[in-house]
Amino acid sequence: MSLEPQELDDLTSKIGRKPTSTELQIIAAEWSEHCSYKSSKKHLKMLPMKGPLVISEKGYDSGVLDVGDGYVITAHIESHNHPSAVEPYGGAATGVGGVIRDILSAGTRPIAIFDGLRFGNIEKDLQARWLFKNAVTGIADYGNCLGIPTIGGEVEFDECYSNYALVDVAAIGFGKKKNLIKNHAKKGDLVVLLGGSTGRDGIGGSQFASDSLESENRSAVQIPDPFIEKLIIEAILEARNQNLIHAMKDLGGGGLSCAVSETADALSIGIEMDVNKVHTRESDMNPDEIMVSESQERMLIVTNNDKLKKLQEICKKFRIACSVIGHVTSNNMMHVKKGKKTCANLPTDVVANATLLDRPSKKPAYLENIEKEKKLKPILDYSKMMMRFIASPNIASKIWVYGQYDHEVGIRTVVKPGMDSSVLRLDNGKFLAAKIDGNPKHCYVNPREGAIGCFEEACRNVVCTGAKPIGMLDHLQFGNPENPEIFWTFLESLKGLTDFAKYFEIPCVGGKVSLYNETPSGPIKPTPIIGILGLIDKTPLYSQKITTGDCLVIIGDTKNEMGGSEYFEYIHKFIGGKCPVVNFQESKTNMNIVLDLIRKDLLKTVHDCSKGGLAVAVSELCMTYQIGCNVSLEKVPGPKLNVDRILFSESHSRYLLVLEKKNLKKLEELLKKTKASYKMIGVFGGENIQFNQENKHVIDLRVDKAQKTWLNSLRE
Amino acid sequence: MKIGVIVFPGSNCDRDMYHVLTDVFKLDAEYFWHEKGLPKNIDAVILPGGFSYGDRLRSGAIAAHSPIIKDVKKMAEKGIPILGVCNGFQILVEAGLLPGALLKNTSLNFMCKWTSLIVENNTTPFTNKLKLHQKIPIPIANGEGRYYVDDETLKKLKKKNQIVFRYSEVVNGSSDRIAGVCNEDGNVVGMMPHPERAAESAINPIDNKPSSLIFESLLNTIGVKN
Repeated sequence: MSLEPQELDDLTSKIGRKPTSTELQIIAAEWSEHCSYKSSKKHLKMLPMKGPLVISEKGYDSGVLDVGDGYVITAHIESHNHPSAVEPYGGAATGVGGVIRDILSAGTRPIAIFDGLRFGNIEKDLQARWLFKNAVTGIADYGNCLGIPTIGGEVEFDECYSNYALVDVAAIGFGKKKNLIKNHAKKGDLVVLLGGSTGRDGIGGSQFASDSLESENRSAVQIPDPFIEKLIIEAILEARNQNLIHAMKDLGGGGLSCAVSETADALSIGIEMDVNKVHTRESDMNPDEIMVSESQERMLIVTNNDKLKKLQEICKKFRIACSVIGHVTSNNMMHVKKGKKTCANLPTDVVANATLLDRPSKKPAYLENIEKEKKLKPILDYSKMMMRFIASPNIASKIWVYGQYDHEVGIRTVVKPGMDSSVLRLDNGKFLAAKIDGNPKHCYVNPREGAIGCFEEACRNVVCTGAKPIGMLDHLQFGNPENPEIFWTFLESLKGLTDFAKYFEIPCVGGKVSLYNETPSGPIKPTPIIGILGLIDKTPLYSQKITTGDCLVIIGDTKNEMGGSEYFEYIHKFIGGKCPVVNFQESKTNMNIVLDLIRKDLLKTVHDCSKGGLAVAVSELCMTYQIGCNVSLEKVPGPKLNVDRILFSESHSRYLLVLEKKNLKKLEELLKKTKASYKMIGVFGGENIQFNQENKHVIDLRVDKAQKTWLNSLRE
Repeated sequence: MKIGVIVFPGSNCDRDMYHVLTDVFKLDAEYFWHEKGLPKNIDAVILPGGFSYGDRLRSGAIAAHSPIIKDVKKMAEKGIPILGVCNGFQILVEAGLLPGALLKNTSLNFMCKWTSLIVENNTTPFTNKLKLHQKIPIPIANGEGRYYVDDETLKKLKKKNQIVFRYSEVVNGSSDRIAGVCNEDGNVVGMMPHPERAAESAINPIDNKPSSLIFESLLNTIGVKN
């Protein structure tokens, strides 16, 4: 239990008496950083959350966007870092389960899962390898069993995650606007707990997640059961269709304590409940354990007496347990009883609203000289270096990962995983593109510009499919917020994201903050993850096979921005330099022209230029389409730079366009009218990937050899 | 004409199959929950993919004992076309309606990828519009998709023309690259790949016509009776 002494005083003065042991447990769970956001809540308000498509309702755990014709999409992002670091299979699987239930709570069917995974250096760290393999299997086994496609994500390795893991899971739901659950409740309504039994797993999980990971606490990790989750999804959607649900909330962090108090607080009601009515896995559980257990696959539903029978029939059909554990009162109290005995009786607003903190912040000392570059060892053979680079864990193809996820089920996936972003078809003829991105290497060197870069990269990825960004999810992961230097990096990232969101009018529709991500060797690098939802009204860009003679055009300047690049860190083992900076105007111009060119059907495919720079982006196109390319480096737009900078700079706002030669003139005419900088830099054909300068090959690789290395290195 | 789509607890391709039958091929289909009986006027039965009972014990093992399987067996005897896809195939094998067994893939991982099939028997109710040896681009998505039969049974399958589809490449270690088989009468067919994920041009990046012919074969077999 992690209630601070001043918090205990605060509680005692608020309720005017000494709290009972159950009350202490409830408060410790609900006032934990994980549930209360006490360090971050004041600051999160700066993000823009409203927009023409945003639908806000009280008590939703997911963001809702109107996609027209009476349909909505819902979206949410969660992480399960601490549990996954101890028990990667169960931690990652239950992470998927939790975010899926958030989507379900709004009354929408989950239609897609995304996951962002981060581990230590798998090339030399066996534990990191173990964590990676088991987290992937955990996600696969859970998502596949549910029949919800996992259609995207990212995997990254960095020594800052040694002995640790970041497992972020995002989910998207889809449904009819009229079927959204409009949370409401009135006195006398029944409170029903539906789904898995309450056991001793996950006890104190929220507090566990709100401390630095010092010891392995396996009992705080929840046990996954995707089969029950699947039954719950179908049962709840059936109950929704019959209009049996007044209000609904998923049981996640903080278990019943959190679900009951937050439901009551959001709806301005009271709830009286009896722990004896909760169906438990073990017979001798005490009230404290029942209230804070984080056993999975449970939902809290408010319904009324007339509808109860129908709800019970549905549960019987699916053979899932359903217990009436209490009823709605009008006194705004959370009253927990065991039979006739009162265990806790607290005002819901006290439980659900921890005192918010104003944490001090201070610019970290390490940032003082971070932009200074060291003298690098010259690269004698770029071709050889490039082969090593494409085999490196962060650059190598992630097919070993997404090949284990069913990304086709639901038959919506019109653009499959593997390149920039996947695209789903929606029932109203529109399409949804979505992507999550993070870049802790950039964020470490510059927390503000790094965070903006993640935001822009996720936007670029959906733009590459022809989608306009309509909503953003943010997941802010940092170390211990009590350290002012870490808190400063949190605030800087948040400010950056806010600026970008406001400039581009992309509302934040959901988010999460995860703090205390510390490993035995210190805090993780700042790791904000940004998810972008993009809408396509007519048709997405279906990439066509690249053939001999096709042209390669780049949009956007390549600048000397090497800080946090894969090239500096993987090849030169150097952390530092100037991080790529997004110029908002340039970003907007480039985004708009790319969308316009896609709409005008001039392009065969578009690829974002990011991790590993131009050299990697071009190679990815060549390896995917199994064709060579001849690139002239002197034509690449931007300031005059050394060859390694042109090849490997990770400057933002850059897009690679592939088109047939016959469309080149029209393309150039359209580009000339904008302020975008662009150039045709190469022609496809042959069997080699070649980057040339002054008619000499700087890099010359056989496509088939490169492709084999790229596809297989993560598998081995 | 009516096609029954059976739903077990944990089925998750039932809605996809229903969509393809009704929205794409304009067939009359109805869901049947596993505890219900099948009415007499059903012209064909499809067991869709998914994770019935969460794949506990062995994939398909528990669902094979669902009440509805009794009716499925009766219909199989009567010669009514029955198709099991992925988990549906596993259930038909566990129920003893099709020979062989489905084991873990040689990769030991769940595999989701596009591959292609070769038609080896075009006389079944689900393949009669396809050409012999025609190629079908199609995705697989399974963890226990490696079809296994012993040598003797394999000989018998070949002799009685019970191999319906083979993979065009080595995918998961299946005996003789078998991807789908039928019973001796040919009316019960099981296949691991997902034709319902390949029958529409919007989601098939290669060619949706061959997979469409699986559904058109069924239409051809049962006819359009109103």
